[in-house]
Amino acid sequence: MKKAISEFFKMVLIFLAGRFKKFTMRFKKTKTMKDYMMVYYSQAKSARLTGRKVAWITSGGPVEPLIAMDIIPIYPENHGAMIGASKMGGYLCGLAENMGYSADLCSYARSDISCATVNGGPIGGLPRPDMLVCCNNICGTVLKWYEIQARYFNVPLFILDTPFCHTEYTEEMGRYVRAQFDEYFVFLEKACGKKFDFEKLNHVGHLSHQGQLLWQAVLDTAMHKPSPMSAFDAFYHLALIVTLRGTQDVLDYYTWLLSYMKDRIARGIGAVPNEKYRLLWDNIPIWHRTRWLSEKFASHNACLVADTYTTAWCGALRYIDENNFIDSAAEAHARIYLNIGIDQMAKMVIEMIDKYDVDGFVLHSNRSCKPYSFGQLDIQKIVERERGIPCLMLEADMTDERTFSESQISTRIDAYMEIIKERKNKK
Amino acid sequence: MKELTELKKVVSHPYAYIRKYKKQTGKKIVGYCCSYAPEEIIWAAGALPVRLFGTNQNIHLADTHLQSYCCSLVRGILEEALDKTLDFIDGVIFPHTCDSFQRLSDIWRLNITGQFHIDVVLPVKLDTPSAKKYLADVLEKFRKDLGRALGKDITDAQLARSVKTYNKIRALVGKLYELRCANPQIISGADFHAVIKAAMIMDRDQYLKILTQIIKQLQKAKPRKNRADAKRLVLSGSVCTHPDMYGIIEKAGGVIVWDDLCTGYRYFEGQMNEKIAPLKAITARYLKRVICPAKHMELRGRGENLIRLVKQSKAQGVVFLLLKFCDPHAFDYPYLKEMLEAEKIPFMLLDMEAELPSAGQLQTRFETFIQIL
Repeated sequence: MKKAISEFFKMVLIFLAGRFKKFTMRFKKTKTMKDYMMVYYSQAKSARLTGRKVAWITSGGPVEPLIAMDIIPIYPENHGAMIGASKMGGYLCGLAENMGYSADLCSYARSDISCATVNGGPIGGLPRPDMLVCCNNICGTVLKWYEIQARYFNVPLFILDTPFCHTEYTEEMGRYVRAQFDEYFVFLEKACGKKFDFEKLNHVGHLSHQGQLLWQAVLDTAMHKPSPMSAFDAFYHLALIVTLRGTQDVLDYYTWLLSYMKDRIARGIGAVPNEKYRLLWDNIPIWHRTRWLSEKFASHNACLVADTYTTAWCGALRYIDENNFIDSAAEAHARIYLNIGIDQMAKMVIEMIDKYDVDGFVLHSNRSCKPYSFGQLDIQKIVERERGIPCLMLEADMTDERTFSESQISTRIDAYMEIIKERKNKK
Repeated sequence: MKELTELKKVVSHPYAYIRKYKKQTGKKIVGYCCSYAPEEIIWAAGALPVRLFGTNQNIHLADTHLQSYCCSLVRGILEEALDKTLDFIDGVIFPHTCDSFQRLSDIWRLNITGQFHIDVVLPVKLDTPSAKKYLADVLEKFRKDLGRALGKDITDAQLARSVKTYNKIRALVGKLYELRCANPQIISGADFHAVIKAAMIMDRDQYLKILTQIIKQLQKAKPRKNRADAKRLVLSGSVCTHPDMYGIIEKAGGVIVWDDLCTGYRYFEGQMNEKIAPLKAITARYLKRVICPAKHMELRGRGENLIRLVKQSKAQGVVFLLLKFCDPHAFDYPYLKEMLEAEKIPFMLLDMEAELPSAGQLQTRFETFIQIL
């Protein structure tokens, strides 16, 4: 009882803090990422108080229907990134291993699974879900992970199954994914006890599309030399397009961010003070070493100007029809970067190499992410053959910092940068 | 038994058998790596479906395509494709399985030439109306894709014949499981393993003939007296390519009376309805079969099935054979473990790396477990 009361007060405090933040934000000229995230998480953590439902959803899943139903979406993967950035991954992964989960499993999944049982981590655990929404367009791991959480929390689980598009997106696939969107609406109606609001969905879908366009425009500023932003900046600013896609907040923030980057371009300010070499990054960031890596590359006057990871949140734009959200969403969700064959991925990488005019390609071989990492060696070969730029593969883990060898990685980056420099000087 | 000797010869040198078979019959050989491969359609098309198990030895070519944290099964299969061990294959099909096999399909398509390649992108969930419809669509598409690759139409009559053959094989293998469960002395573990594995390699008509003979003789044979002290075990996991696993367990004082493996009972279970359109019957079987953990059906279906198997086979314990880096199985292990604990069923976990511990070490580990039963 005592615990329940203290929990309640904690919730009230978090709720008030969020309200206060939102209030003070009105008077600020520019709202920071921290402001938005603080309001977002305090709203989510006090959802019980305000009677709103909470859904946990995968990063590639269709969040727009949740927003249309006034459900608060929570992203365990974003939580995983926070756990990694605060260097708590090793500890939480260790707890999961004590529960019987193999140390070879995805570290987002491991840390989230154990975190749910101890309410630990950087923000004291995620708010309890009322439902789970899992879209397997990013991996098969999320399916197993969400099954585990569905058993643990005993809440309904919706799976949006997006068939893998090795070489094609067939008519059968289109029909299947589209039909599942209808099943999704029914699922949400049942979970919320109210009719689905299609009009609102169109509005949210429109905002989502606008948000993705803006995010693409922000990333595009990196085409400029020197680049006003680096991939490490993109890793940071990404949080909003992931968590608040489909809301006005995203448009406000990225509109500001875009003008900020344009201003930097106008004034000739680069993310790396003396940008000489431009690189492309592949795979999820090494969250526990982003600052270290950023400084490491900057010390060589190298800027990671773009990456395949943050572009994934606007990579399917070509399939989206802003006036027909539901029908086009099916295809857009099935044909995202990770749900296609590696030859098509290589093609997109080459497009980025040309677009951002990079001198090298750095691949994070991520022990935690098999669909992202297997095939990298072939993509590397294709890139070397087609564009002849040097590639570097770094083996690490996105969240679990325990096996990271700083000195080894440091030496490899130094050696790689020597090759890049030599090659560029010859030109 | 001369029939058993013949099967064992095939299983110990499968590629020699297939090469000779291809030369003699002129049939096309179609490789696959997953128990969800719609074999009935391949066999109906007049081609021989062959399950690939890969190699554990000297993997080096695959290292230039797959990182060290990929499971040995996927790496081993790619190695044999790259080093031309599998050059007798006319085509390969990849049913959607897990993240690793998904990428193996891509890598194979880009690096192995001179054969056809078909992705059978099955649904991952199998318990909704739209998934059922999609599964039927995918199998129909596969029938067309395969027909095109082989340059022929695959007719309903051919499919119906194939369904009949597979039904007979699966029913007989089911009978073999029951016979061995009732009296494990009736056939040694190693021989049993050979019979199971041959079903994924041999000409299916020829296999059916031999299997029929074997079952007849086993039913007639006076079974040796049951070793009362041998502890009854169920094997659970994905593939068991270790030919001697059954023998080692027997030496350690145990006996495998049933399994939950995709190269075991999961591959054989379930009959197809011969009274409906054959493709419909094939589809229906997949929707009823106990799932591979890379698929989704019920949240506790695999655990309930495992407990049912233990109880039905009167087993005293479970041995989990988990392939290192196999995500779907590793994610399920803690909940399966919990369900077994709740039922007070003892179990042990054997994490299988590319290189297995020696037979002696394995035997000691099994002995330690079996002694507590």
